[in-house]
Amino acid sequence: MLKIKNINTYYGQAQALKNVSLHLSEGEIVTLLGANGAGKTTLLNSLSGVVPPREGQIIFNNVPINNLAVHQIVRLGISQVPEGRQVFKPVSVEDNLELGAYLHHKMFGGGDEVKKNKEMVYDLFPILRERRKQLAGTLSGGEQQMLAIGRAFMARPKLMLLDEPSMGLAPMVSQEIFRVIENLSKEKKTTVLLVEQNARAALKLANRGYVLETGHMILEGTAAELLDNKDVQRAYLGKDKKEIWER
Amino acid sequence: MNIWDTNHECMSREELEQLQLERLQAIANRVYKNVTHYRKAFTDLGIIAEDIRSLSDLTKLPFTTKDDLRVNYPYGFFAVPLREVVRIHSSSGTTSKPIVMGYTKNDIKIWSNLAARFMTAAGVTHDDVVQITFRYGLFTGAFGVHYGAEAIGASVIPMGTGNTDKQIMIMQDYKTTVLVSTSSYALAIADHLEHLGIDPKSLSLKAGLFGGEPWSEKMREEIERRLSLKATDNYGVSEVIGPGVAGECLCKKGMHIYEDAFIPEIINPETGAILPAGSEGELVLTTLTREAFPMIRFRTGDITSLDYAACECGRTLVRMKRIMRRSDDMLIIRGVNVFPSQIEDALFSVAQGETPYQIVVERKGAMDNLEVVVEVTDKIFSLELQKQRSFLETIKKRIASVTGINVDVRLVESKSILRQNGKISKVLDKRDI
Repeated sequence: MLKIKNINTYYGQAQALKNVSLHLSEGEIVTLLGANGAGKTTLLNSLSGVVPPREGQIIFNNVPINNLAVHQIVRLGISQVPEGRQVFKPVSVEDNLELGAYLHHKMFGGGDEVKKNKEMVYDLFPILRERRKQLAGTLSGGEQQMLAIGRAFMARPKLMLLDEPSMGLAPMVSQEIFRVIENLSKEKKTTVLLVEQNARAALKLANRGYVLETGHMILEGTAAELLDNKDVQRAYLGKDKKEIWER
Repeated sequence: MNIWDTNHECMSREELEQLQLERLQAIANRVYKNVTHYRKAFTDLGIIAEDIRSLSDLTKLPFTTKDDLRVNYPYGFFAVPLREVVRIHSSSGTTSKPIVMGYTKNDIKIWSNLAARFMTAAGVTHDDVVQITFRYGLFTGAFGVHYGAEAIGASVIPMGTGNTDKQIMIMQDYKTTVLVSTSSYALAIADHLEHLGIDPKSLSLKAGLFGGEPWSEKMREEIERRLSLKATDNYGVSEVIGPGVAGECLCKKGMHIYEDAFIPEIINPETGAILPAGSEGELVLTTLTREAFPMIRFRTGDITSLDYAACECGRTLVRMKRIMRRSDDMLIIRGVNVFPSQIEDALFSVAQGETPYQIVVERKGAMDNLEVVVEVTDKIFSLELQKQRSFLETIKKRIASVTGINVDVRLVESKSILRQNGKISKVLDKRDI
């Protein structure tokens, strides 16, 4: 469904992605691993059009999207959940969700659809239904993350880009988030590209994964293969400290 | 007909090429970072890993030859630290030193699944009893098939080579359904069955997987008739993984190369130029998934051609013709790869200097036989009879230890080996397969 070929993305002079290629098939959960600064978030931002790549090709359902604006990309069915939640804090939960439906509503009209989607989000996160009148800023970190995911889901995306959804959350809450991500993929047939600090949890959830290193893609494999890869274990699973070895 | 990994064996060409590109870019990045030889070879050509922007850019990368592997003996080509390697195998080099290959835990898993693919294609299921008559040890052959059979869930009998009487006894008593051997050994078993008066139909054999040496349609027909089984071909290269590079399906129209794990190219062995699809030339392989021992454009020395037409079995993978020739002088004796240069090395070191000789290869019955014919020189002639005998024994032993096969060594009169334009052709291959 998504095919990326040789994208190069820059921040000013600094090149953050070097010739990166990647693909996603319909219904897959794919995780992106890498150290801080490897280019994971940049890759999501390149996909969603926030930081468009300077070179290369991104094809989504046979449409080249590398030159499209953010709203056009959302309209085609890609929603991003940014790192650090970033909900609209002075606004109620319900309004936050409805904002997420803005483009969808404009395209397809009809408040019924928005209502239906909102109910779906409330079913996914019952806690949000309870707090629907509350201001988003008063929610806990976990609840804000749920709201951010719920808001992205209101656009009924075909592909969701999740950036560090478990960051700063208590383990129990993280588990809840991962459960919902799995549900989004299995029940709601959403394809997911997941960037995650917790590599072990991400690989448990994902079908496949990629490893980025200083802007280069250095590994592609099934989740099981990556779990067994020593580089991945050392760098992202915290096993096995690096030692000097001699030949 | 069963398919082990439909995801990867039945991909559309477009999906496959995207996956190949991603994996090729990743492996180019890894070898550039981790393998000194590749970093240097890339730099010498003025390229960096990022120059790989499409599959056709593969041609920008340098070839890897057996000589490169020899120079970096033993561990120079490993892309991971030795302590991440869980297995070491080796294959014949061109001199007395072998080539050393490493496998990580993941490599072994990947290998198992690749071998399971061609075994499934040949009809092996978890109900089968698989008798493996390849040699276990440093060679990759037996282990690859062994892992493949286990991955499928079949029962494995790890027989190893030789002792045909016992092989047949076990085949009868354990009700072996799948025979894994070289094609020539299959015929040797057939000969022996006939000699013992055993009807092959009284055995439980249903499939035979033959690899490791060249064979022909004529031999396939003979093996299938005389052992009453379905015979398929498979292809492996020790330096890239072992068995599990390619294998025939029951359509028997060439071996499917597992292109999600290896990119095949066909080149002109003289010039190195890429040849158009369908032409005959030397097979060059690039590994896409190996961790410990990635190979960029490894020159296999095997002459074949590729067929991209669709196969009835449903696999979308390209098929390669069976190997009938080599682009170099490597000999395959009873499934073991032997370079004449290894034999020459061994001979000259025992003889303490150059000695006129000739390697004669014949097929005696079903099996290959290699004889080294050495001309008597003044130095050898002056030895006592006793010493002459021990001289021959020493040559035999040295050759056996380097090549891994037993050979005959015979002394002949000076100037009795046939010369053409004053030169002896070093190898006389009389086999007609």
